[in-house]
Amino acid sequence: MQIVVDLNRCQGYAQCVFLAPRVFELHGEEALRYAPAPPEEQAERVRRAAAACPVQAILVGEQAGAGAGADVR
Amino acid sequence: MSAELKQGRIVIVGASLAGLRAAETLRDEGFSGDLTLVGDEPHPPYDRPPLSKQVLLGRVPAADVGLPGRRPVDAHWKLGVRASGLDPATKEVLLANGERLPFDRLLITTGTRARPWPHPEEARLDGVLTVRTIEDAGRLAERLDAGPNRVLVIGAGFSGSEIASACRERGLAVTVAERGPAPLVGALGGTLGSFAARLQRAHGVDLRCGVTVTALTGANGRLTGAELSDGSRIEADVAVVALGAVRNTEWLAGSGLAAGPRGVACDAGCQAFTMYGIVTGEVFVAGDVARFPHPLFGYQMLALEHWGNAVEQAEVAAHNMVNPGPLRRPHLAVPSFWSSQFGLNIKSVGVPTFSDQVTIAQGSVEEGRLVVAYGYRGRITAAVSVDRAKWLDHYRHLIETAAPFPPGPGAADRPTAPKVVPSDVPDPKVLSHGPTVALTGHLPDRRLAVVRPTA
Repeated sequence: MQIVVDLNRCQGYAQCVFLAPRVFELHGEEALRYAPAPPEEQAERVRRAAAACPVQAILVGEQAGAGAGADVR
Repeated sequence: MSAELKQGRIVIVGASLAGLRAAETLRDEGFSGDLTLVGDEPHPPYDRPPLSKQVLLGRVPAADVGLPGRRPVDAHWKLGVRASGLDPATKEVLLANGERLPFDRLLITTGTRARPWPHPEEARLDGVLTVRTIEDAGRLAERLDAGPNRVLVIGAGFSGSEIASACRERGLAVTVAERGPAPLVGALGGTLGSFAARLQRAHGVDLRCGVTVTALTGANGRLTGAELSDGSRIEADVAVVALGAVRNTEWLAGSGLAAGPRGVACDAGCQAFTMYGIVTGEVFVAGDVARFPHPLFGYQMLALEHWGNAVEQAEVAAHNMVNPGPLRRPHLAVPSFWSSQFGLNIKSVGVPTFSDQVTIAQGSVEEGRLVVAYGYRGRITAAVSVDRAKWLDHYRHLIETAAPFPPGPGAADRPTAPKVVPSDVPDPKVLSHGPTVALTGHLPDRRLAVVRPTA
């Protein structure tokens, strides 16, 4: 699982910090820090955090460009 | 015509954030042809902002910063291979490995690289680093883990300031050397520049402004310190060169495109210009490497090194690559960026450097929470918040609607008598680091033309 947060959108509501405190944390009052590759046991919490984000700033997915059809040299 | 655009061969040169989001948008918009992404780094696309923050703090391994995909892109990925040229006659991209990639339409998203330390033999000293890639950030994090006696950061733009913040958070001694009068002054002007200077000193940074590093010194191939232009010397075992970025346009030499150190020029629809200022129709550009005219900012050519611009401009470019004329869109998004450092969240909308005056619209420097509004000739052109992010949408709306400056009363925490002062945006030439927002035409308060009638 990979996540990225659009921090232009983020307004520090901290719902994600509440729902997945091992993945998201606030540095100071409103600067968000997060683990971009959360461990699998956090996946459900991360998905809940993404759903709960009031500004929908959290994108959850798989690493782009990995695997299928990749012509990596 | 429209169906034709959904087919054919599209090549994207540059496989980072803008290249990835463009590829996804092409597929979203129904492009069913052949798609190839070329990237000079050996990694699939990854996210750079965490590299100067979580990764340097040792909280996140550098290899973890991959980007999630929005959707499958069904593309050929050529990673770890550099594009070396563009042949406009045969419509082929030349790769460094000798391969030629024919295309019907091309998107250039080659971005930037870290500006290296200008003295190659000093740059080779063990302990001298830059931060742009996964490898760079991993190497610096290792150095910081080892507990250096002092870190020297050269350049106090956003990257340099974030790196200094990470060092202080780890309890490491850090000296920051900046040629300009204050940190962040090039991007945010005098008011927030002096705020940032106080912030850094309050967090124990040894901040030296108005100085340049004249030499990095070493012994047995290892960095030992630096000499500064004021005659002082410092000892340091790590030096981070944070002098801004160089646009990756060299590979376009001879392509006939308007490409140079300031980026690749394009119209508002992301179509690249030739050196004669003619749009090509089949070559598009997006992200850090693009220069484009923005109507909200006097149609000046802007080059923005922002995460948000890479995403939004890539979406516009991709849309325009697969849609005919009347359906094409201009890239009109109001520029936005963020930085977190020393426990504060700094966010910006608009173009702060496109200004002649500022006012503290909310909060105060003393509180450490504030919104600074920027104006140019009586119109609001930007706003920057410090720990006041929820207010920025309000100011974005004012910017989009060309509201008057100073802005009218809108908040309870407005100073009783708003004071308007000059924005004090320095000429980028006086800074250590390159600008992250480059008004590539001219400074807004230096509008002049010299006409010399010929006798």
